[in-house]
Amino acid sequence: MRWLRKNLIGIVAVLVLVYLFIPIAVIMVLSFNKPSGKFNLSWNEFSLDAWTNLCGVPGVCSSFVTSIQIGIMSTLVATLLGTMIAFALVRYRFRGRSTTNLLIFLPMATPEVVMGASLLALFLNLRFPLGQGTVIIAHIMFIISFVVVTVKARLQGMDPRLEEAARDLYANPRAVFRYVTFPLVLPGILGAALLGFSLSFDDFIISFFNAGTLVTFPIYIWGAAQRGIPVQVNALATIVFLVALAIVLGGQFVGNRRRKALDRAAPITVDVMSRS
Amino acid sequence: MVAVVPTTGGQASAAVVAQRSSKTGYLLLFPGLAWLGVFFAIPFVTLFMTSLQQPIPGKSGKYTFGLEFGNYVEAFTEYWPLYVRSFMYAGIATVIALCIAYPLAYFIAFRAGRWRSLMLVLVIAPSFASFLLRTYAWKTILADEGFITSTLNALNLLPDDRILNTGIAVVAGLTYNFLPFMILPLYAALEKIDPRLVEAAGDLYASPQTAFRKVTWPLSMPGVVAGTLLTFIPAAGDYINAELLGSTGNRMIGNAIQTNFIEFRDYPTASALSFMLMAAILVLVFTYIRRAGTEDLV
Repeated sequence: MRWLRKNLIGIVAVLVLVYLFIPIAVIMVLSFNKPSGKFNLSWNEFSLDAWTNLCGVPGVCSSFVTSIQIGIMSTLVATLLGTMIAFALVRYRFRGRSTTNLLIFLPMATPEVVMGASLLALFLNLRFPLGQGTVIIAHIMFIISFVVVTVKARLQGMDPRLEEAARDLYANPRAVFRYVTFPLVLPGILGAALLGFSLSFDDFIISFFNAGTLVTFPIYIWGAAQRGIPVQVNALATIVFLVALAIVLGGQFVGNRRRKALDRAAPITVDVMSRS
Repeated sequence: MVAVVPTTGGQASAAVVAQRSSKTGYLLLFPGLAWLGVFFAIPFVTLFMTSLQQPIPGKSGKYTFGLEFGNYVEAFTEYWPLYVRSFMYAGIATVIALCIAYPLAYFIAFRAGRWRSLMLVLVIAPSFASFLLRTYAWKTILADEGFITSTLNALNLLPDDRILNTGIAVVAGLTYNFLPFMILPLYAALEKIDPRLVEAAGDLYASPQTAFRKVTWPLSMPGVVAGTLLTFIPAAGDYINAELLGSTGNRMIGNAIQTNFIEFRDYPTASALSFMLMAAILVLVFTYIRRAGTEDLV
């Protein structure tokens, strides 16, 4: 009983984590299912059909590729624009700081349906043709803020003495940026890019409003939900989940090793010198 | 300039760096802010103008410039129950999410030790599987002949003898889907708390409960406010859960906006509905900003 009281919060914490993964388990298990009817909702019979024939249902793979293309394009642009803003916010003085903060915060605090609808209103009024272009424009718009927040946190958490040391050692501003600042901020930028890609890849509401006849992976799933989602979708979602998880865990592993190595290299200046 | 600054306090030297004032700052800001201005801010103007448009007589589905404030009255009269339902569902989901998220965030912040970063990864990991599929998976979990429904039914706890296609399923889906948005801000706030403050409360003979109530909980308030907003706002605007897990009687305001915009092509009504939703949410956000200040938001 005392053990229970002492560890109650830990037990609850683990239960909440398990709860977060229940639907993931369902998605994975049902990817090995052979549904009895149209709907892949309950377990029927083990089958590897979906895994051996991933593109077996028309439209699944093409929508998947479309989503990857959109994700890459919008992530590249949004990461660049967002990183620039983050540097300006942390390193520079400028007028209109609170307006800037507001403009970055509001997209994160606006329901997707409102952003999707207002952007569609703009495109309709401009008679702008809907399709891949409009979806990418929309995705860049809502990813920028998340990139700013992530990169800004990394920049603020950086030890300014590292850059000072480089300057003391007569590194010019360009060398400081290239050999000290950029390598230190890079993990933050990569994390922001991964976050941006996963937001873009998974976005349904904003995409649906601005896609016209274009079918992204989530739009495909939405349409298929009415007539039965093919098992292949579960298999593809499982792959995406595992790949993303592997990237994040791998990133953490590399980060830990880097940190430990830095801790061992006692005087920081040595590290900076050896690189420049 | 830099070398003179004592390097003991990171804060002091960071401030020196932030003094830099040149064109570069504006150049770095411009492209991103311009993008947000053109594709986030200006669309609200067009949304507002669209909400006031009037139909062109004789051409259905075509609208022209107008100042039809009546669109708002009509839209609200027809759809006000959906606003009430959306805010109610989102409110319940937010409260449940707070109760579930707090113990986990607390554990990660104070007790997890070397498992901390792994647990944080596990919190965001479910988001890597499709939102739509995860929501759809709840159809399996809450199915009528499923374990959860039959257990609750055996205990006579379900008013409709089922969960799927009721408001309960929609709230359950909303709670699940937006839970990470509650956990992460809570964790960020709890992690900043100096454990010595809680110890000090103990040294002053506060029971663990009192120490929590008087020290930990008040200090975690920024996380509670941020988490509540970040859960409530997307939940109130969501229509995926209502569509996949609810019945026609559980429609939320997002469903109405989507059908009016994309299926009925009744742009003025849909725009008026979006604008009213945004207005309600902005009131919430600005209340928050007055509490926390803009610098803490981003």
